[in-house]
Amino acid sequence: MRLFTWVRRHLVVFAGLLTLGYLLLPNVIVTVFSFNKPNGRFNYQWQRFSTDAWTHPCDVADLCGSLSLSLRIAVWATLGATVLGTLIAFALARYRFSGRSSAGTLIFLPMAMPEVVMAASLATLFLNMGVSFGFWTILIAHITFCLSFVVTAVKARVMSMDPRLEQAAQDLYATPAQTFWRITLPIAAPGIAAGALLSFALSFDDFVITNFNAGSTVTFPMFVWGAAQRGTPVQINVIGTAMFAVAVLCVLAGQLVGRRQKNRRRS
Amino acid sequence: MTTLTEQLPAPAPAAGSARPVRRRRLVPYWLLLPGILWLLVFFAAPLVYQASTSVQTGSLEDGFRVTWHFATYWDALNQYYPQFLRSVGYAAIATVLCLGLGYPLAYLIAFRAGRWRHLLMILVIAPFFTSFLIRTLAWKTILSDGGPVVRTMDRLHILGLTDALGVTEGHRLLATPLAVVCGLTYNFLPFMILPLYTSLERIDGRLHEAASDLYARPLTIFRKVTLPLSMPGVVAGTLLTFIPAAGDYINAELLGSPDQKMIGNVIQSQFLRVLDYPTAAALSFILMAAILAMVTVYIRRSGTEELV
Amino acid sequence: MTATAPSTGVRLSGISKRYGTFTAVHPLDLSVPAGSFFALLGASGCGKTTTLRMIAGLENPSTGTVELDGTDVTALPPHKRPVNTVFQSYALFPHLDVYENIAFGLRRRGLKSVRKQVEDMLELVQLGDLARRKPQQLSGGQQQRVAVARALINHPQVLLLDEPLGALDLKLRRQMQLELKRIQTEVGITFIHVTHDQEEAMAMADTVAVMNDGRIEQLGAPADLYEQPRTTFVANFLGTSNLITAEVLDASGDELALRAADTKLTLPAKRCTGTARVGEKLLIGIRPEKITLTPAEDAGTVPEGRNRVTGRITESSFTGVSTQYLIDSPVAPGLAVYQQNIERDSRLAPGAEVVLHWNPGHGFGLDAAQRIEAGTDVDLGEGPS
Repeated sequence: MRLFTWVRRHLVVFAGLLTLGYLLLPNVIVTVFSFNKPNGRFNYQWQRFSTDAWTHPCDVADLCGSLSLSLRIAVWATLGATVLGTLIAFALARYRFSGRSSAGTLIFLPMAMPEVVMAASLATLFLNMGVSFGFWTILIAHITFCLSFVVTAVKARVMSMDPRLEQAAQDLYATPAQTFWRITLPIAAPGIAAGALLSFALSFDDFVITNFNAGSTVTFPMFVWGAAQRGTPVQINVIGTAMFAVAVLCVLAGQLVGRRQKNRRRS
Repeated sequence: MTTLTEQLPAPAPAAGSARPVRRRRLVPYWLLLPGILWLLVFFAAPLVYQASTSVQTGSLEDGFRVTWHFATYWDALNQYYPQFLRSVGYAAIATVLCLGLGYPLAYLIAFRAGRWRHLLMILVIAPFFTSFLIRTLAWKTILSDGGPVVRTMDRLHILGLTDALGVTEGHRLLATPLAVVCGLTYNFLPFMILPLYTSLERIDGRLHEAASDLYARPLTIFRKVTLPLSMPGVVAGTLLTFIPAAGDYINAELLGSPDQKMIGNVIQSQFLRVLDYPTAAALSFILMAAILAMVTVYIRRSGTEELV
Repeated sequence: MTATAPSTGVRLSGISKRYGTFTAVHPLDLSVPAGSFFALLGASGCGKTTTLRMIAGLENPSTGTVELDGTDVTALPPHKRPVNTVFQSYALFPHLDVYENIAFGLRRRGLKSVRKQVEDMLELVQLGDLARRKPQQLSGGQQQRVAVARALINHPQVLLLDEPLGALDLKLRRQMQLELKRIQTEVGITFIHVTHDQEEAMAMADTVAVMNDGRIEQLGAPADLYEQPRTTFVANFLGTSNLITAEVLDASGDELALRAADTKLTLPAKRCTGTARVGEKLLIGIRPEKITLTPAEDAGTVPEGRNRVTGRITESSFTGVSTQYLIDSPVAPGLAVYQQNIERDSRLAPGAEVVLHWNPGHGFGLDAAQRIEAGTDVDLGEGPS
């Protein structure tokens, strides 16, 4: 009976952990299968342990090239979307003006639309314009869909900022320009960073929009997609695992540094 | 002694305030200009182009011209309504599953995790760092024929049951509706958990104490206090899951068979393989209109319009 | 006073603020002598903060001018005015530490070596060892001191304080009142203090202006305002007043003869606002602590020449220093009386018949054509006003 109450008390914990397991299971599989030595072209069945893929990550044709292309596109798309999005976010968060709500709708719509619709329509534009698909069309497409996410992230941060802080700065002899650089921007920075990070992740991992606007250019997700048809090299898993590990380590290190700083300040 | 004037003197605007005000009024437009221009050119204009494409006729060789051929819409609907219905159905089931699976985890992190909160949050977000295509391919391994999952389910006679229900076929999981829905649920689960967590985390823990002080039992507290207060998260999570799931074609392509094709697959193949641009455009528009209509009704009924 | 004042720190002439059709501040003239501690007192929404913001330059006046030390600064933006503000809830920069918050103004004016001044200022507000903390790591009282230091270090001509103590608890508030008063005496800068707390205003300021509904109701030294309010709003908002409606019987001498519900009362004519005419009504005001209570059976012991009113005690509450009574009387219901707890008379209990009596010179007369309860039902909420 006591066991029964204990189980009932912690039911939500079990259910939650089960969901977490569901979320993490594929990552476990990806990691395990990065040490596989498959027979044939597909890496879906476990055969035997090998570190070949880890020691030769770039042995597969086009794989590392596509990875570096994805990184380049992600960096430029992040830069473009962050600059444009931050400007819009400031306008929407700080000013009342006519046309404000239509601008808001225009920014909301790309997020409320299935990617495939946006992808197909942008590709239609490029086709009609006779633009040749490649690096630039991918970059334009990525900036377009990342923009709205940056606006949302930055706007939330700027809106929650106390307007009295800027008034206080002006009261303390800061010119409007100084107020912006010394007060507004540093306080909005976490929101801008969050928007940039999200842009980078979205751009780097995007497949649908890239699929429509890439032509014959191959980004990393495009490479994986092609591999799913032709044969999946183990190196894909190596890269997936490495990215996962690096990201988790970065986050954990950031947390540790943050905690240590807090402790030092307290003592 | 200081005097108080009661009568209104002639309104004389404070000197030097007129010009900066006018200049300041233009500031938001300057800030908006580049970004909005970008969206108009690369988001709004393409939609217009697509609208015009959807009423064009012609062929790839002779070129397409606007002929106001609205029959394309009718033909597309007629031919592909099973895929439309399937998309909406799969997306709806996946959304409900995401809510059912995601709520306990979000609740756990918000109220029961204590000092593990940060770690759990990291674990929820971490999978994002591996390309979702790679992770979806991993499901191929998990659900593969003769794999541990299939064998266990077979031994427990669950597969026989699901076969009878028509969600699986021939004692296998891959290339069945179950696999596609499972993949959709997996891929969009974090989009449900994050808004749920955000709205749960805002709930003051003392409300639970107050409710139990006022004689509410745990289940009643959940029904009368927690759930209503987390509704903004439920609505946001539902939209963030349903919309992309309805347009998705990756899960159906990688985990399903041709019998599980969704509308996204049709648009993709019409556009990129068949090169029938008018049909692809018409299908896109129907999908967009259907989703916008459903979302609008949903938001109205859930009464959280401030969300948008 | 304006003509003889040695120098004027701040002079507002016909200044007003309208937002669309709503008038936040009606045109008002005000001059604050240099070096004085001036308080703007009022309920939330009365226009006091708007007035302050117009002096700081954070709000453009709809009409009128602001002069600092004889110079018109109406057109100057806030960063060009020799005025600094201590904001409500302080507005400390969250990304800068205490030291950099305090040094902010000096750095903006291009000073290179700020160290000496910042350290002196940290000393003045007793925060020397917290220089490298971030604002969110400080207590409310410490944050408040940083806000004061950050403003004072610039040696402004005028320091504006917008509800600076509103976020502190009662005990800390009293302590900071004394501290602010000490700092003001030490640095000799003109302080303009906006508050909704009448005790705070009276305790700290040399001059208090009571604001209501976008207008200044009365202005003067705290004791003058308290002893002789000129409107029912001031009478009720500043402390508690008993207001009795009475008819004028005789207005010929220095003493007015009045009647309220068959009770004869007197009031010195000079303690009355406006002129009293026979047959018209006026309001007699008397502060609760000026009234003495005597049990009805001892009525004979009440000295001659005092105003006396009969009544019955309905409620009494013991508050330590004093006991507060509520008394229903034929002249007015619910009269408040505070008796010092020197020798407590056990007969003064609810239900007892009593005589209330006071020195006629302690009363004050108000125009009867005002709302008698003005100032009793105001919102003292701590939101921006």
